Amino acid sequence: MMIESRVRSILVPILAVLIALLIASIIILLIGKNPLMAYAVMLKGAFGSVRDLTNTIVKTTPLILTGLAVGFGFRAGVFNIGAEGQMAMGALFATIVGMNLGTVPPFLAIPITMFVGMLMGAIWAGIAGFLKAKTGAHEVITTIMLNWIAYYLGNYMVAAPLAVGSGTPKSPEISASARLPVIISVQAIDLTPGIIIAIIAAVIMYFLLERTSMGYEIKAVGFNPYASEYGGISVSKNVVLSMAVSGALAGLAGALEVMGLHHRYLGALTAGKGFDGISIALIGQNHPIGIIFAAFLIGSLRTGSNAMQFAGISKHIVMIIQGIVIFLVAADRIVRTMMDYAKYKRMKSEVGVEG
Amino acid sequence: MEERKDYSEYAVVMKGITKRFPGVLANDHVDLFVRNGEIHAIVGENGAGKTTLMNQLYGLLHPDEGKIYIRGKEVKIRGPGDAIRLGIGMVHQHFMLVKTLTVAENVVLGSETKKGFLFDLREARRRVKELSEMYGLYVDVDAKIEDISVGMQQRVEILKTLYRGAEILILDEPTAVLTPQETEELFEIMRKLKESGKTIIFISHKLNEVMEITDNITVMRLGKVTGRLKTSQTNPKEIARLMVGRDVLLRVEKKPREPGKEVLRVEELWVKDNRGLDAVKGVSFTVREGEILGVAGVAGNGQTELVEAITGLRKIESGKVYILGRDVTNYTPKLLREMGLVHIPEDRQKHGLILQFYGYYNAILGKHYKSPFCYEGVLNLKNIMDHAKKIYEMFDVRPRDPKIPAGNLSGGNQQKLILAREMSSNPKFALFAQPTRGLDIGAIEYIHKNILKLRDMGVGILLISMELEEIFSLSDRIIVMYEGEIMGELKPEETNFEEVGLLMAGHTLQEVRSGVV
Repeated sequence: MMIESRVRSILVPILAVLIALLIASIIILLIGKNPLMAYAVMLKGAFGSVRDLTNTIVKTTPLILTGLAVGFGFRAGVFNIGAEGQMAMGALFATIVGMNLGTVPPFLAIPITMFVGMLMGAIWAGIAGFLKAKTGAHEVITTIMLNWIAYYLGNYMVAAPLAVGSGTPKSPEISASARLPVIISVQAIDLTPGIIIAIIAAVIMYFLLERTSMGYEIKAVGFNPYASEYGGISVSKNVVLSMAVSGALAGLAGALEVMGLHHRYLGALTAGKGFDGISIALIGQNHPIGIIFAAFLIGSLRTGSNAMQFAGISKHIVMIIQGIVIFLVAADRIVRTMMDYAKYKRMKSEVGVEG
Repeated sequence: MEERKDYSEYAVVMKGITKRFPGVLANDHVDLFVRNGEIHAIVGENGAGKTTLMNQLYGLLHPDEGKIYIRGKEVKIRGPGDAIRLGIGMVHQHFMLVKTLTVAENVVLGSETKKGFLFDLREARRRVKELSEMYGLYVDVDAKIEDISVGMQQRVEILKTLYRGAEILILDEPTAVLTPQETEELFEIMRKLKESGKTIIFISHKLNEVMEITDNITVMRLGKVTGRLKTSQTNPKEIARLMVGRDVLLRVEKKPREPGKEVLRVEELWVKDNRGLDAVKGVSFTVREGEILGVAGVAGNGQTELVEAITGLRKIESGKVYILGRDVTNYTPKLLREMGLVHIPEDRQKHGLILQFYGYYNAILGKHYKSPFCYEGVLNLKNIMDHAKKIYEMFDVRPRDPKIPAGNLSGGNQQKLILAREMSSNPKFALFAQPTRGLDIGAIEYIHKNILKLRDMGVGILLISMELEEIFSLSDRIIVMYEGEIMGELKPEETNFEEVGLLMAGHTLQEVRSGVV
């Protein structure tokens, strides 16, 4: 029975993607284009060349981490909607520290910058966790409010104290020693070890949740705070802790964007990637491995959509596909009912049960 | 050629009813015969198929095989609507009332009295009042459901069925939620209903109640009928044997035992409830090694708060708690567990288990951070699994697979899992809060035996129960709680149900013994 439910939790998102592609192809037909052509262009845009593939991986990296942030929160029974703000705070403070590490060698500067990003993300989410534990304030409300604070704080920093140059408000670049090394550079797109760091984060999250007493306590509190308290587990400590871990993952996403991609803080750095984390966690069923695949899916849809745009098909089709996938995964009863029905029909034909 | 029988003297006949669920044969060719105007009991352990059978009579489920006859006529019941038209009413274990509406509004809900297009509340109140007086179902028709007691809510449910013209009433374990007094009142109502010609099907596993109120009994076990008895010609022992399939000790044997040194001391304890009102008011008592102190009382007289205060789940306002001579007032649950306290909580699904967790995770709750289950913060899954398998075996938790989530176990097996976990941690002091609530007699016997085993091993035990039977058969001493105070301390061999009942109703021991009441 457990095996069946595991197979199902993998099947549901896959079926959801297929159904979404099907529905979107009807829409593409309705706007007078050829869906097969559109998908071919999209696939080519995401994976067609080394450059495209590199671009997809670069786009996937922060999405894995924000997906893990939200997914970890879900597993702990908290709804962290603030990955966006935590990512911004992580990026902002990673920049501030990274700017001043010119004299520090990379093997120290890189971990320090990453750590600062995680720490700020953890603190930012921890505030919401602390408020929930001490006053009962709901984390959905507080993290949304903290998102705005982070957003305007970031904008202010690059508009005034940290502002350099003209045009888009931006901070100075971080020191070369705090940047991630480039593995390969394809036509101005740099692939850094960021993706490896994101995957390691997923493995650590899996280990933490499934193999440690900390994970045991965090999940216990998420499922049933009363029984947890009865079992000697401190509910308030674990609420703060799980928010902090969740925020640290989002903060790391911000730090890596600075260290590997932009090399500075910009107001538009997060650009909704924190919110994408919610969809990705849902599609990935809050499982670290599932989240990696879900992030890759969304990442490749995003790069593929640009190619589609050049071919004259609105790239917003991708938003429709993403929307339908999330709808079907969130309302997974729909897909499950369809699966049950298929199974029922099969059984009926095998056993010959009367309708 | 099927033989045609005359079933006109029967209100309900169910013939050869078979109902399959995936992997389970819930009803296996069940025959049920209920005469007009009788109170008919269907008894059986949890999972015997009683509720499944009744849900088919009420149209909530449809039989895979078999026929149903109402007052001699074969019928097809496609849904509750059909059942209601046939004069069948069902009162479920969990009430289906709108909390924010009044009694009268709830009773007429779905078939409202109307004046033109508008709801006619006056007419509704009048008719509900009339009905309630006719059957002695006294309720305040204008009270909101959320403000009335569980016993009153049940009356509203019965009124609902009568209002819809029910002649055949199905009561699914109606006494499970009632106090002894409320149960007595319910029986009075059932007798009145019977006098006025109604037929009642009473689902229960409480044998003394079945003996008291019913005319005939159908016994079920594992989906089959194992006995059809006339109440006046049987006894609880026989019913129990048919229910469980073997001889059952309805009352466990207790060896005399000299209690040892003091394990728990409670001094002048004051505790508040969730609303901030005093729930425990200056309670003092002690429990010694190898002794069971029973706390009797009607639910809601401070027992829950007392338990939570002792186990560290609720703040102690004033007073002291000592375990093994050490002051543990307001210690955390974790520290108390470290000191050898175990707790079988009153609400096993809320406090005792994490239903979404696998059985083996639940088997270590409270010791999950200690060796051999955890080293340096890393869980040792092999040791956890071995431990779970061992205690599943020792305490007969079924199915014997710790990979099944606790939420998928039956109530009795959930309780066994909690018992297994708590008893396997070498307790010095054990607190049992309503350890057999909602369990069937096989499981009750098992749990009682284990409580006594713990006592004989020298553990001090505090037993809180609403069931006087349980208090009397297990306790070495009894204290009675009423409105947060102890009304008196008694020895079970020197007292009786009536005396304890009076203390539970708020009389002091002096009053009772001096014959004032």
